[in-house]
Amino acid sequence: MIRLFVMVGERLLFGAITLLAVSIIIASSVDLLPGDVATAILGQAATPETVAALRKQLGLDLPFYQRYWEWLWDFLRGDMGVSLTNERPVAPQVGERFANTLLLAALAAAIAVPLSLALGILAAIYRGGWFDKLISSSTLAAISMPEFLVGYIVIAIFAVELGWFPSISTLRHDISFLERIYVMLLPCITLALVVMAHMMRLTRAAIINLLASPYIEMARLKGVGTARLIVYHALPNALSPIITVIVLNLAYLIVGVVVVEVVFVYPGLGQLLVDSVSARNLPVVQASCLIFAGTYVTLNLLADIFSSLANPRLRHPR
Amino acid sequence: MFNTPKQSLQQLSDLVAKGRLSRRDFMTRAVALGVSTLAAEHMLTTSALAQTPKIGGLLRVGAPSASTDDTLDPATLDDSFDILSCYGMLRNNLVDIDEYSAPVPGLAESWEASSDVATWTFKLRRGVEFHNGKTMTVDDVIDSLNYHRGEESASSAKNLVEQIEEIRADGKDTIVFKLKDGNADFPVVLSSYQLLIFPEGTRGAEFDKGIGTGPYSLQYWEPGVRMEGKRNPNYYREGKPHFDEVHVIGINDVVSRTAALQTGQVDIMSRCDVKTVHLLERNSDVQVFQVTGTKHYTAPMHVDAAPFDDVNVRKAIKYGIDRQAILDTILLGYGELGNDQPIAPTMRFHNPDIPQTQYDPDMARYHLKQAGLSSLDVNLAAADAAFAGAVDTAVLFQEQASKAGININVDRVSEDGYWNDIWLVRPWCMCFWAGRPTEDLMFSSAYEAGADWNDTRWANPRFNDLLVAARKELDENKRREMYYEMQQLCHDDGGAVIFTFAADVQAASADLHKPDQVASNWEFDGHKVAERWWWS
Repeated sequence: MIRLFVMVGERLLFGAITLLAVSIIIASSVDLLPGDVATAILGQAATPETVAALRKQLGLDLPFYQRYWEWLWDFLRGDMGVSLTNERPVAPQVGERFANTLLLAALAAAIAVPLSLALGILAAIYRGGWFDKLISSSTLAAISMPEFLVGYIVIAIFAVELGWFPSISTLRHDISFLERIYVMLLPCITLALVVMAHMMRLTRAAIINLLASPYIEMARLKGVGTARLIVYHALPNALSPIITVIVLNLAYLIVGVVVVEVVFVYPGLGQLLVDSVSARNLPVVQASCLIFAGTYVTLNLLADIFSSLANPRLRHPR
Repeated sequence: MFNTPKQSLQQLSDLVAKGRLSRRDFMTRAVALGVSTLAAEHMLTTSALAQTPKIGGLLRVGAPSASTDDTLDPATLDDSFDILSCYGMLRNNLVDIDEYSAPVPGLAESWEASSDVATWTFKLRRGVEFHNGKTMTVDDVIDSLNYHRGEESASSAKNLVEQIEEIRADGKDTIVFKLKDGNADFPVVLSSYQLLIFPEGTRGAEFDKGIGTGPYSLQYWEPGVRMEGKRNPNYYREGKPHFDEVHVIGINDVVSRTAALQTGQVDIMSRCDVKTVHLLERNSDVQVFQVTGTKHYTAPMHVDAAPFDDVNVRKAIKYGIDRQAILDTILLGYGELGNDQPIAPTMRFHNPDIPQTQYDPDMARYHLKQAGLSSLDVNLAAADAAFAGAVDTAVLFQEQASKAGININVDRVSEDGYWNDIWLVRPWCMCFWAGRPTEDLMFSSAYEAGADWNDTRWANPRFNDLLVAARKELDENKRREMYYEMQQLCHDDGGAVIFTFAADVQAASADLHKPDQVASNWEFDGHKVAERWWWS
């Protein structure tokens, strides 16, 4: 156990260093992009005078290192600053969006994870049969299609043709939790379709791998039934890689879903990040990117912790 | 023209039907024409009031171009989502543009100009209240307009108000504008979507409270997501607006926008996908309508840079481009041909007599020869930031012009920073103009010598003389002649290839009452859909 704590401590430290590096990379790459907030806000209506006036108002006339340092200093004291474009404080804006994103990811995971585990196990049991082939090819098809296309197909079937669900998931402030889940179902189904193939195929492969091992053969010879064999004998040993792939997919559900957000008009963090990058709105870009980077760092750490916990050899070192 | 009383009455009742005359005004004028009150009342109920707007209901608008960076600050409004919210619902201008593109009284009741049209006196409407209950005063108006003026201003309307030398109050409800030079179209300038009136001293984040005098007051505002407005019961226009509530929902993806309309989650949308709009037209619950206004696509050449400094080269390129093919393939026919001058067919002084330039590779070759060239190699910078389909258009240019010996190298550039690093900088690139409500504003924005946005660097002395003269001319016929000649000059000598005017293709629920005349200055009925439409 001590080893685990040492590992967590080390990883947290490296995580913090990673975040600092990310913030420097983000700030300098936004700076390197053509144009800045002033030209992005004014667009075609820009004149040299208005651009200069706006730059001065926003403090963009200061050198890069000075702007970065001021941002970092404020950030370390817990102040994320205000958005350069609409002068709203960044923290509540990003916080609300991140909560939306987490909810979407959680709901999609709640559909996708049990389903892909179950399908993966079933496909392993009936491997080579028609069920296995059907599941494997249909999940492969879903992962091969671009996300927006999956989204459009889901909209065409469930919203336009059947009329069961709304086609857009724009959220009103006073909406109840159940209504919220209801309007979010289509993007969740889309995301689930997109991430399921990966998890399902890995579950299937890990279990098939184990089914060929001598101890499973032994258990089977002793008369253990198929269900018990899989759940009690094979699955615990397959958990380590499965957990890793699940967590990586969770990370994807949180940071990689901007296309789905756009198609379903869902106010998540990805949309905010894309808008902010195109407007060169650095404080918002920084906050969103650090949340995303932090999510990756944390989830990777969690994956390692859980897979060591799931692995008796790591839990009880000789 | 002298009308019989009957004709006059008919005209009046038509005006009531169109909502341009209040019921009370109709009665007063009808009685003045010698009709008994009872008869007048009867006329109203039979003909005019058959079209009486229905009050109530919720209108949901699916607006494109929503961004989390949007604000309700009039100085930085940039596209439909925030313009519709701010200009279409929350606030008003001194002068409005009606559905026929004419300036009509807004928060100013009336105005008059001095004989040199350099001094304008506006009378404010009395007793207009902001949403917070404060009565609008001259100070509010002056502060609202001054916000865009001066060194510090970063407003996109800065160069519109630069012509104002001085704004001062004259008593409690009169405002006097002294202009640097005469401008007969000055009231139209005041109708610009940025020049909105707000309570004095509103600045920065305060703007997001959305306080104005508009037909709806702000209930909810989340940048890039949605805006919700509730009917302002104290709105100064009697009988307006018609909806109880209007929600503006930002939906940037056109497929999602269309699906939202089809599934009844929004009631009206703009910028339909022209590739699939024929499928939408089959849906009996939806009405599709298109308006060709002032939006146009151009390819400006710098006339001070070789090879474009030779007018024959410019002519060769203008002949070397197949406008019809571009209209048919890029816009699928939703638009009109451009004729290398920016005054749209819907505008007051559009010159219909200039022959349309047609695709003619032989003419192009002839003009190349006149320029002493047998072939021509040019670069054309393009990115879809200019307009959707700009890169495809450039590739079409390349193919069409190659038949005339003009080799266009299409330089695909980054969409980011396009308006800053490419437009106005590269000698030839793709460009988009939303257009301007008047001939003078269009020409002085982009064609006057030395203008900030003169993207062709054109400096034609005759054109510039005419522009200044026409600005001050009050005689309509003389003005028309001058603008006609200016369009001809642009067409013959100018550096912009103006190849199409693009239509706004929009769709709405079939249950919405669409006025007979839909404004062409902006999409969503000139962004006034929330004020002018109703549920039938």
